Amino acid sequence: MNWWQRVLRRKKMEDQLEKELRFHLEQHANELIAKGYSPGEARRQARLSLGGPEQVKENCRDARGTRWLEDFFQDFRYALRMLAMQPGFAAVALLTLALGIGATTVMFTVINSVLLKPLPYPDPSKLVAVNGHSDGWNAEILGEQNVAYLDFLDCARETGSLIMAAALFNGGTVSEPGEPEYVDLREISSSLFSVLRVSIAQGRSFLPEEDRPGAMPVAILGNNFWRRHFADRQDVLGSPVVLDGRRYTIIGIAPAGFKLFGEEPEIYTPVGQDTAKYVWNRAAHPMHVVARLQPGATLSQAQSELTLLGRHLAGQFPDTNAGRTFQVKPLRPNVGNVGSTLWLLLGAVSLVLLVACVNVASLLLARAVSRERELAMRVALGASRGRLVRQCLTESAMLGLSGGLLGVLIAADGIHPFMRMWPGALPRAEEVHLDWRVLLFALGISLLSGLLFGLAPALRAPFRNLEQRLRTGARSIAGSSRRLHSIFVISEIAFAIILLVSAGMLGRTLLRLSSLDPGVDVSNVLVTRMALSPATLADPAKTRAAWNEVLARGRSVPGVQSIATVDTFPMRSGDNEQGYWTSADVPPANKLPFALLTSVSPDYLNVMRIPLRRGRFFDDHDTLGSTPVIVIDEVLARNAFGAQDPVGKRLWIPDMGYGGNVFEIVGVVGHVRHWGLAGDDQAKVRAQIYYPFAQLPDSFMHRWSELMSIAVRTEIPPLGVLPSLRGELKGVAGDQVLYEVRTMEQLASESLAEQRFLFLLFGVFAGLALLLACIGIYGVLAYLTGQRVPEIGVRMALGATASDVIRMVFRQSLGMIFVGIGIGILAALAAGRLLVHTVEGMQSTELSTFIITIPILVVAALLASFAPARRASRVDPMSALRQE
Amino acid sequence: MPEKSDLPQGTLDLLILKVVALGSVHGYAIAQRLEQVSRGVVQVPQGSLYPALHRLENRGLLAADWEETESGREAKFYRLTRKGRAQLESETASWQRLIDAVGLVLKLSEGGAE
Repeated sequence: MNWWQRVLRRKKMEDQLEKELRFHLEQHANELIAKGYSPGEARRQARLSLGGPEQVKENCRDARGTRWLEDFFQDFRYALRMLAMQPGFAAVALLTLALGIGATTVMFTVINSVLLKPLPYPDPSKLVAVNGHSDGWNAEILGEQNVAYLDFLDCARETGSLIMAAALFNGGTVSEPGEPEYVDLREISSSLFSVLRVSIAQGRSFLPEEDRPGAMPVAILGNNFWRRHFADRQDVLGSPVVLDGRRYTIIGIAPAGFKLFGEEPEIYTPVGQDTAKYVWNRAAHPMHVVARLQPGATLSQAQSELTLLGRHLAGQFPDTNAGRTFQVKPLRPNVGNVGSTLWLLLGAVSLVLLVACVNVASLLLARAVSRERELAMRVALGASRGRLVRQCLTESAMLGLSGGLLGVLIAADGIHPFMRMWPGALPRAEEVHLDWRVLLFALGISLLSGLLFGLAPALRAPFRNLEQRLRTGARSIAGSSRRLHSIFVISEIAFAIILLVSAGMLGRTLLRLSSLDPGVDVSNVLVTRMALSPATLADPAKTRAAWNEVLARGRSVPGVQSIATVDTFPMRSGDNEQGYWTSADVPPANKLPFALLTSVSPDYLNVMRIPLRRGRFFDDHDTLGSTPVIVIDEVLARNAFGAQDPVGKRLWIPDMGYGGNVFEIVGVVGHVRHWGLAGDDQAKVRAQIYYPFAQLPDSFMHRWSELMSIAVRTEIPPLGVLPSLRGELKGVAGDQVLYEVRTMEQLASESLAEQRFLFLLFGVFAGLALLLACIGIYGVLAYLTGQRVPEIGVRMALGATASDVIRMVFRQSLGMIFVGIGIGILAALAAGRLLVHTVEGMQSTELSTFIITIPILVVAALLASFAPARRASRVDPMSALRQE
Repeated sequence: MPEKSDLPQGTLDLLILKVVALGSVHGYAIAQRLEQVSRGVVQVPQGSLYPALHRLENRGLLAADWEETESGREAKFYRLTRKGRAQLESETASWQRLIDAVGLVLKLSEGGAE
């Protein structure tokens, strides 16, 4: 029989064992009778020589090798019975655990999907990103450098270790079929889908011969765009789509959910057909390059090969490629900086789980102490220490696992509301769901918590002074148990303090940040990106005229007070950072201080109501022919000129590309919190430079117009002017569109969304921990005072008053509370430092935060102690003494 | 009555295997046989006989069937498996080696250690 057969046929095994032993005894007895013993004496002798039948049976059962499993079943049944006997305890413990494990599982599910899971492409470990690298590049401020298209083509042709693909981020207006719409465009090399090993949902991918100048214009639609703009039409393959005035034939549809660098583009075209100058210029680096390692090739092989290729290119094209090379890195999901926030939340939620565990532990311990007599009895009957510990752990593991099961159910249900609460777009959100890793994690923490809260009661199982314990019974309470209870309460309070203080810090930060001056007047400002008619973009003169017309027409819309064009505006992603210098001897690029550059039309200052500190802002006299001018903000003025008046001085901006890269400062304006209310103080680049759009040379017109937004100050609620503004700015051909419409108020509020979200969650966690800690304090005190009833009876019989008794109980609870608070404050200081590192705009822990939060805990804890104290004071001395 | 000795650790299994090797036999008979053959020198603790039998059965060295005895009663008869026979042989051999070695040592005369 296998071990599992032996377990399953336990009944049969037992019968046979019984029968075998009975046979033995009867044989022996018969033999003795034959020798002349009386039947009774014979049976007695036979039993004596075999030994106690139950003991022999036990030994035989041990010999089966399935003992542990049988014990487990026994313990399991026993645990079930014990829990069923105390449904209140079971419910509280299960609910506490389920909440703790559920919340932790939700956080882990998000972390697992967003941070831990590999990219959703086949064989993702072979995918690499290829970045450009040059000596003068300040990667810390500017991020990774991309690759010139021609360099990409050369590398892709020469490399033996990689299959390379490239993508260019772009956008354009789809004017036919349907309503004109500005779309997210990726110009890709023909190899992109095959490098990622993603097959096209319908139709086909681009062919190499289509990825060349002059080839037939073809396009692939993003799945979402196809569903939305083409309403799922099945016959779109082969039909035309007009993008930026050019007619493309649709040859494929990307698979549903396909994402490129974390985004789902709306349309793809072959990059090789793009005739824009910057695509074919080795000095411009617009291409994102991904590659797959050839079978057998390693990352370091690919790296050394590309370094060599980079050196060849530098030799061949010294003007553009000197000092340039390539870096090969494993391709990672682009999730921005949510990682630290997620880990922070997991940490916070783990604290809640810890409090929950400690709570259950103290409840279990209280039970274990009252079960001491039962356990002592079992030891006296021969149970080994290991056996008792195992039994206790089975009980707690069962609690843990049931709590975990409930917790997973809570998590499965709670993950979606949680994701909706997330401020802004959580990267990879569509990949978030429970999988085997999450279940494994939940199982792990369930068992771990079971062990955590089960170990202390289990190890307390009585072994010494058995006799005394049996005699004194349940009421004797060992000092060690009281100490353990105090430790539980103290740690619960300390954990709750950490969360309370963190929530307090976040709350204060939020208050402080909300009251900050963003530098602009955010009320009644509408900001929206705008795409001009593709037809005007081809001719710079037409483009200038078109923007002027946009401003003139916009100003005429009822409710509009003033209107301006602007390329990048505060509190929204997208910025132009460049190095500047105050004299002609400009140092190398990576030694320069950086500033944010914004190109605007003259009314921008009025629209945003940025205060003018010195000099003037731009006006209509700043044109192509006049001196190139800029306006700086007060941060740059202070950084570069100190106390001197900057007006009339000049700045050298080597990468500006017009006006000889030298600009006269005509004015100083107030600083604008470009990086949002929270982020601006810690931002790497804060100084700001404004330059007039009107002074940009013709060669800039096309690219700048693609990035342009308009900002509108309104007299009525800003979204109210939108319909008439849209109508007015539609253009002659009706193909000019406004997209990504926001109000500055929304943007300012969104810039605090993360802080608000964290404050909310920490508040909830802190409240939960506080509640659990109070339940813990109440439970422990009720138990401890319950144990002391006879003592209290004696005290009262000897003349103690009710208030004396209450004071006694409170003294005990205050002792625990204050030790807990002391430890909690130290831990909270450390946690505060972590928060300051992780959350933008946080200031280090202030005394006032403690002064506000700690009384909350003290009051709650004292309330929790009140009921046990009052009950103790009402002890009737006579009946208490009679109990003894 | 000759003095009874306790069994050295681990030898009970070997003795049981040897007795069962002589033919299919039930537990009580094994106890009887052991006591008879050792002329009462080997005291088989009957309480540990059955756990030992069950352990050997679990390890696959013994197999058991329920059969009728001569007196017509049903009893659990043990027999040796192939694995049990191999085990018996190797254990017997190593036991023999041990006895020989111990014997040699004990036969050393005083000062005869070279």
